[in-house]
Amino acid sequence: MKPDTTDGLHLEAISIALNGRTLLSLSAHVRPGEILTVMGPSGSGKSALLAYLGGFLDPAFTASGRILIEGDDLTGVAAEKRRCGMLFQDPLLFPHLSVGGNLLFGLTPSIAKRDQRQRMVKQALADVELEGFFDRDPATLSGGQKARVALQRVMLSAPRLLLLDEPFSKLDSDLRQQIRTLIFSRAKSARLPVILVTHDQADADAAGGNIILIGEEAGR
Amino acid sequence: MGRQTEQNHIRPQAGGSMRDRFSVSGLVLAMIGLPILAGLAGTVGPAFGLLPALGGGHLTLDHFAELAAQPHLSRSALISFATAIVTTGVSLVLVMLFTAGYAGTRMFSRIQHLVSPLLAIPHAAAAFGLAFLVAPSGLALRLVSPGLTGYGSPPDWLVPQDPLGLTMMAGLIVKEMPFLFLVTLAALPQVPLVQARQLSASLGYGRIRGFLISVWPLLYRQIRLPVFAVLAYASSVVDVAMILGPALPAPLAVRITEWMADSDLQMRFLASAGALLQFALTVAAMVTWLVLEQIGSVLLRWMSRSGVRKADDRLLRRSACAAMTLSAALVFLGLAVLFLWSIAGLWPFPALLPGSVTFQAWMRALPQAGDAIATTISLASSSAAIALLFSIGLLWQGGVRDSRAFSSVLYLPLIVPQLCFVFGLQILSVALGFDASFALLLFVHLIFVLPYVTLSLSQPWQALDQRYETLAAGLGKSPLQVLLHVRLPLLTRACLTAFAVGFAVSAGLYLPTLLIGAGRIVTITTEAVALSSGGDRRAIGIYALLQTLVPFGGFLIASLVPHLLFRDRRAMRI
Repeated sequence: MKPDTTDGLHLEAISIALNGRTLLSLSAHVRPGEILTVMGPSGSGKSALLAYLGGFLDPAFTASGRILIEGDDLTGVAAEKRRCGMLFQDPLLFPHLSVGGNLLFGLTPSIAKRDQRQRMVKQALADVELEGFFDRDPATLSGGQKARVALQRVMLSAPRLLLLDEPFSKLDSDLRQQIRTLIFSRAKSARLPVILVTHDQADADAAGGNIILIGEEAGR
Repeated sequence: MGRQTEQNHIRPQAGGSMRDRFSVSGLVLAMIGLPILAGLAGTVGPAFGLLPALGGGHLTLDHFAELAAQPHLSRSALISFATAIVTTGVSLVLVMLFTAGYAGTRMFSRIQHLVSPLLAIPHAAAAFGLAFLVAPSGLALRLVSPGLTGYGSPPDWLVPQDPLGLTMMAGLIVKEMPFLFLVTLAALPQVPLVQARQLSASLGYGRIRGFLISVWPLLYRQIRLPVFAVLAYASSVVDVAMILGPALPAPLAVRITEWMADSDLQMRFLASAGALLQFALTVAAMVTWLVLEQIGSVLLRWMSRSGVRKADDRLLRRSACAAMTLSAALVFLGLAVLFLWSIAGLWPFPALLPGSVTFQAWMRALPQAGDAIATTISLASSSAAIALLFSIGLLWQGGVRDSRAFSSVLYLPLIVPQLCFVFGLQILSVALGFDASFALLLFVHLIFVLPYVTLSLSQPWQALDQRYETLAAGLGKSPLQVLLHVRLPLLTRACLTAFAVGFAVSAGLYLPTLLIGAGRIVTITTEAVALSSGGDRRAIGIYALLQTLVPFGGFLIASLVPHLLFRDRRAMRI
């Protein structure tokens, strides 16, 4: 029986190789609100996997396999049309925009009215306890505040899935747990399939979903 | 903005239809390559007697015979040749020793701040400053006269126009060294400096020797094209040679320029033959340099095999540092003397400072200089702006990164002597009936401005954290939106700096402006150099200062605008 591919994210026989050496090959199904954790040492191709899913893989790599989200085939679709939200180690708030400007940049264009856009951004700030931060310079925020703005920026873009590239690894342990809980719960309540790449077993435990080991660890 | 080691999985730029529709690099190749080829053809033809517009209709070698019959031709050529080798050699060795001794130290960044502004000072202005320092009645001799020398009136020395061209070489070195230093700085992040230093130090090697053996070969490979650009420039320089070089005979390029500008149009045949000789001379200098490179690499290999440590190289290190400082100081001091002369009342010889201060010379000169200033600024700002647009297009399409061949063509206007193809272009434009026009001059300026603007912009362009763009595309932004709303705003400062560099290059351009402007379009630079034969020190001081102030204004704006634009954005002001 053919598996139902209309539900969540399906990775079908994804295989990525560099200079003829296969870095990873995997298939997976990530349901809405579920987190798939990918673990492996550096150089194992974790970042290449995220780049392939996001549509940014360097042409030096060869990759095959299909990416399906809610039944739509994303393979070969331009990066900007995939709506893959991404969070990195660094919050990467645009330094030339205000906090509000960063969120407006992220907010999906399907909301067109100016005042409605403003209202949604202000609400998004309030949701993460950052009321009144609209006009702030991102450079003046603390690490935890930046991480929350980065999360809201990606959530406002109405993504179809989330790709997390070790997003907690630069936070200290208290903050780390707090931000991790926040991101995971937001993704769950928005029913987004999430792929998390990490070094840290604690991240994988907190994610609670399936874990895929790639690279050396997979061969052990 | 640090780049992550793992980010090399990410393609720098996602594909987009707009980006692939036409190729900026093809356009730029044509824009630079075709005029150079056409210009060279326009020089070769008349040299062999082919110039129908002036009645030259048959092949002949007469013009070469005429060239050979010019008095002291070989001496002129020899001086040009020696200037090329000595200027390039001394500048490169000093930069190499200084970088070897100090890279990564606080002294290094101090010197960097001292030297960087020198790049904006036009060659002619620096040369005038040096002339005013070392001339028999210059500041240097005033400092020690009559106390040490006993001179009550300026001695009868042939300086700066000494017959061996030593002053000219010094004038070129103080300007070319900062250029080589800055390209070295740009290449440094690409070599494993720290590791190599630690390794060689742990083996007991002195800083300079360790650097030369382990890092220099890698570094030199990166700056080789700029070194050849210096070689070509020094072998064919006109403005500095007119100001500081020997007079009888003058260096080859100066004599050719005189023939080109001669009102007797028949002299153009001779000038074309001369330009070909100049071309051969520059090629000969390059071949010589290739041989010197081989000798250098044999020496290096011998050094690394001998195992000699030379652990204590303080003396050599400090000499290199002193030489760098001295050369920068000479340029700044020269500018100060230019300023003093521009406001000097009576200033008899042994007096260290002028007896009185007057602004009369300025009042007289400024109204006359107005047109030249306006022309300079409009020419420089339009060529820099167009070049910036092209550079952005080039880098956006990834043309510069993709091919070495492309960057070689980009460097072509810096490596083919200006004289050889600009003169041909002038002949062609006359033959085709173009008049000396602003548009034509702008186009020729663009050929020289574009390489510098692209070189200036490409390093920060490639250093920008690519994850910003990845992230923006993930938020659903098209490549064009990412360019306009993310990349260009983040690179505001780099774009403005590149603009200022282009502005300074255009403002300081002498020979192309002289030849294509044909005396009808004058800039501050052509006016200043034209004054050099006259000897009116006050006027020279004013024009040389104006020549410096105009590009300086460009850099000032480039550094102030980000502060105004990003008043409330701390991370953007660094």
